[in-house]
Amino acid sequence: MSVAITVGLYGVAFGAASVADGFSVLQTSLFSLLMFTGASQFAAVGVVGAGGSVASAVGAAFMLGTRNALYGLQMAPVVRARGLKRLAAAQVTIDESTGVALSQATRGPAAMRAGFWYAGLGVYVFWNLFTLLGALGAKALGDPAAWGLDAAVPAAFLGLLWPRLTDGFMRVVAAVSAVFVIAVTPVLPAGMPIIAATVVAIILGWRSR
Amino acid sequence: MSGTGLWLVVGLASGACFAVKVLGHFVPASWLAHPRLQRINALIPISLLSALVVAQGVAVKTHLAIDHRLVGLGVAMAALLARLPFPVVVVAAAASSALVYHWH
Repeated sequence: MSVAITVGLYGVAFGAASVADGFSVLQTSLFSLLMFTGASQFAAVGVVGAGGSVASAVGAAFMLGTRNALYGLQMAPVVRARGLKRLAAAQVTIDESTGVALSQATRGPAAMRAGFWYAGLGVYVFWNLFTLLGALGAKALGDPAAWGLDAAVPAAFLGLLWPRLTDGFMRVVAAVSAVFVIAVTPVLPAGMPIIAATVVAIILGWRSR
Repeated sequence: MSGTGLWLVVGLASGACFAVKVLGHFVPASWLAHPRLQRINALIPISLLSALVVAQGVAVKTHLAIDHRLVGLGVAMAALLARLPFPVVVVAAAASSALVYHWH
């Protein structure tokens, strides 16, 4: 239940951010229906809002989505779906469904499978419902700056980043990335600094620990 | 960005993210199991989210701009340090930023 409420609130934030960054209500809903992976969705609309190109926006969404492939590796032997059901399982392979499935590991494979589908489909419904609410709400408000939506978007990114800063090394990666973006913003095309920041993750992740 | 550009972002980014999910379910586990790949993959969201905070908080296209948004971000950080829940963080940032925007 608390997962559902949290997902709902992030969904409202995404819907509002997407509309504030120039997407229509229909496009915003399609993001949640088709892409259905929160951080990637936020990144795609964030890059567009920062004035970035199509390639930068798609690249940022893709790179944030790669972790879902690693979740899929873990979930495929748990779900053991075939055909279309396998594609549906892939679509709902996200942070929450993988997390719930893994939390049921001690109760056996059937409980893991049930947890995966329950969380995946539940989040799908809530995420899409609240995306639409957020998009309609932001559309009704009008000028994003007048309502502080232009600050709410980076604040939402900060809120997504915060719980991931679990140790000193993670904080170093975040700080180096932030300084890097400030440094290259005047010299790279708009939106490119965001993609380029992944170089920081690759260099620092290459041989550490 | 043009109307076509926005639709391209919706279509291509959604397609790319779905393809990545499908990949995870269909490739042999050994392909993506390299520890270095896993380590980098854990750091990429941190780099990207940090970059997005800066790009949307203190940049306008290709130049840096200190304005009402930075006030909102400061309030958001204070709220996170105070362990307030996500919606409070976002609403506090929006409210403080809008206040400064209208004051100006």
